[in-house]
Amino acid sequence: MSAISKQFDGNQVLQDVQLEVHEGHVHILAGENGAGKSTLIKILAGIYSDYEGRIEISGKEVRPQSPLEASALGIAVIHQELSLVGPMSVADNMFLGHPLARGGFVQKTKQEAGAAKSLGLLGLDLDVRQPIEQFPIGVRQMIEIAKALHQNARIIVMDEPTSALNAPEAEKLFALIQSLKQRGCGIIYISHKMEEIERLADRITVLRDGQWIGTAPAAELPPPKLIQWMIGREISEQFPRHSQHPGSERLRLENFSVFPEGISRRPVVRDISLSVHAGEIVGIGGLQGSGASELFLGLFGGYGASVRGNLHLDGNEVHLNSPKQAITNGVALLTNDRKATGLVLSQSITANATLADLFRLSPWGWRRPVREQAAAQTTTGLLHLRAASLGMEVGALSGGNQQKVALAKWLQTRPKLLLLDEPTRGIDIGAKREIYQQMNEWIAQGIAILLITSEMPELLMLSDRIIVLHRGVVSAEFSREQATPEVVLAAAMGNKPSLADGNHKVYE
Amino acid sequence: MSDKSKNPLLRAFASPAGRAFLALLLVLLLGVIFNGDSAFFKIGTHRDALRQASVYGILACGMTLVIISGGIDLAVGSLLALTAVCCAKMAIHWNWSGWLTVPACLLVGALCGSVSGFITARLRIQPFIATLSMMVLARGLAKYVSGGMKVSTAIMNPDGTYRYVDVPHFFRLVDSRILGGNLSVVTLIFAACVALAWLLMAKHRWGSYLYAIGGNEEASRLSGVPVVAAKMMAYVFSGIFAAVAGICQAAQEQQGDPEAGAGYELMAIAMVVIGGTSLMGGRGGIGLTLLGVLTIGYLDKILSINAVPEAGRLMLTGIIIVVAVLTQRRKRT
Repeated sequence: MSAISKQFDGNQVLQDVQLEVHEGHVHILAGENGAGKSTLIKILAGIYSDYEGRIEISGKEVRPQSPLEASALGIAVIHQELSLVGPMSVADNMFLGHPLARGGFVQKTKQEAGAAKSLGLLGLDLDVRQPIEQFPIGVRQMIEIAKALHQNARIIVMDEPTSALNAPEAEKLFALIQSLKQRGCGIIYISHKMEEIERLADRITVLRDGQWIGTAPAAELPPPKLIQWMIGREISEQFPRHSQHPGSERLRLENFSVFPEGISRRPVVRDISLSVHAGEIVGIGGLQGSGASELFLGLFGGYGASVRGNLHLDGNEVHLNSPKQAITNGVALLTNDRKATGLVLSQSITANATLADLFRLSPWGWRRPVREQAAAQTTTGLLHLRAASLGMEVGALSGGNQQKVALAKWLQTRPKLLLLDEPTRGIDIGAKREIYQQMNEWIAQGIAILLITSEMPELLMLSDRIIVLHRGVVSAEFSREQATPEVVLAAAMGNKPSLADGNHKVYE
Repeated sequence: MSDKSKNPLLRAFASPAGRAFLALLLVLLLGVIFNGDSAFFKIGTHRDALRQASVYGILACGMTLVIISGGIDLAVGSLLALTAVCCAKMAIHWNWSGWLTVPACLLVGALCGSVSGFITARLRIQPFIATLSMMVLARGLAKYVSGGMKVSTAIMNPDGTYRYVDVPHFFRLVDSRILGGNLSVVTLIFAACVALAWLLMAKHRWGSYLYAIGGNEEASRLSGVPVVAAKMMAYVFSGIFAAVAGICQAAQEQQGDPEAGAGYELMAIAMVVIGGTSLMGGRGGIGLTLLGVLTIGYLDKILSINAVPEAGRLMLTGIIIVVAVLTQRRKRT
């Protein structure tokens, strides 16, 4: 692939990116969240067909217009969310989209024999007539790879394939990758985990903010240098940040675990212990799959009682088993997806800004429109919301103004502890600055803030302390002075932060 | 949404309420043109149109609450039959007074509604399936309570002969007219139901919760909205309104028919949708439903005074519902 560029609504997300994959090589595609890795893969997979640039396979230019065309060209993508149909049998899944058929009738026996043979090549002996949902996720991933192979894929793309696997399953996958290499497949492997990169990489390409930074053989790119390539950018702008003297301890978590799928399943966040003081911003660092968002939701009662461990608010142990309980205890959660989980887009600004506090604004249940209006006026005014009227539907606002409505909703509840999950995602720079300024005012009022952000400069600039999560456990904690992009990223990738000079705390 | 028109009249018709109002006006205009030998200009015609629409309208009030919360209630027709049968049994066979019968019937409706609500809100079964099962269950209960026969003033003695009892006093009251015979009492009851639903939807916190849940359930939950309780409340009210409709039906027919109300749930849904309330939830209101009730009610009356046979009436009503909903969708973007 060369000189690949791609725009979304005028935003340049990829610019002149190149990628060259050799037969029998594992090519690691590295970069921070939002660097453009997924976009590049989607272009290769035929999901985005309106790009600029050239794609060549064995010297011949191709231009996949659909996933079907891409797979005919020998490109197979193993997505993070597997693209298998749960209730269908293994054999049917492997022939999905190109069934062995004669005169429109599927030849089931032939398919089953073919599927068993392909799986056998990978050392898998399964009953191919069983529905796929019966198998554990690791096996399903193998099946997906077998499917790719048997469609004669020459280029296999794996997007964080180990994120859902346990250690033995991942081990099996690595062995499989070795055998794929011997068969002459080219593999593009996206990963956030340093140990995997070190173990698998033949060559590494680094993307950053949609730009191609460089490609090098793995031997020439040891972890410190890789991280430097990934971060590299200048921190272009200083955010106004007023440091506070932290007050008393607002939140303390001891051995806090979160079980989003129920208490009997695997915890996504394990044995977290941390504390946040009044007037302090504690940043949570971590890459995708670190469990930071799940930690917030668990803390906020979003998973009901599916949490374990102790939670102290202002020194008192509390159990927050529902969002309502969290709100009455002075906790507020700004979710990372305002459209899906933050706002009711079909409702007015006023209705959204008062929703979380309606039980206080309407005593005895009867609503007081004047009071609601006044409350919404106050909170949105503090945030400098720009809207024609407060009766406007929130769905008609710009991203930045929508985010302000979501924040106004939480200000209205007069929180003591604010959980901000990606507060500046998808909003323009002006609105970002205003939100930073607001955060300064909130900590000046003694509110404690826990912050998740995938933007490294923002994390470093805003946080008094940074706690880094890697696969659901705390991997390091840094003070404001100790934190540098390199050490934070290394910790987020699960590397023990020995490569930096740090005298910081190291866990495990 | 961004209608730049300066003309206030045009702008008014661009809103959902304006469009629903326009549909009603068109139907009334139809009545003026095809006035069935000037039957349309007699007050009795309007009284009857309103009376006939009232039972459906009462069901539509409850349906509006449920649809705005993002659900649907298919059980209301069967619940109407169940409460009609219970009402007739209590008032005619057991000779209970209205003061006892009416609250008991409302309780039956509320209980059945709470079961639907529990199944869909707490056990998280799709509303379509949860209320479908309640629809079948309530129909079975109605047949069980009535023994499969209409519960009427002709009561079978143990020896197989029949004796006749008087129609209960409050049945006559519900079926009477006021204002010199120009307004049916059931229409008055319908108006009271609209008022109650309006108070709940527009003036009470729980109403806002229903809109929020219908608009975005997860965001509402994470904003501390008691999602399960609010949804259950919507189904309970739908059950209560169905019970009110069942009492009216029993009083008008002077009997409890276990087969009554079949298909009424679909008529109620059509009325809500023609008003402009979104089946996706989150948008709409009881005022729109009132317009929808009047539109379908009058349409039916106008077709019948013009001696259009029932077969033709049903076909025309079906076509008009689709047309009305189509025009609303086109103008919505």
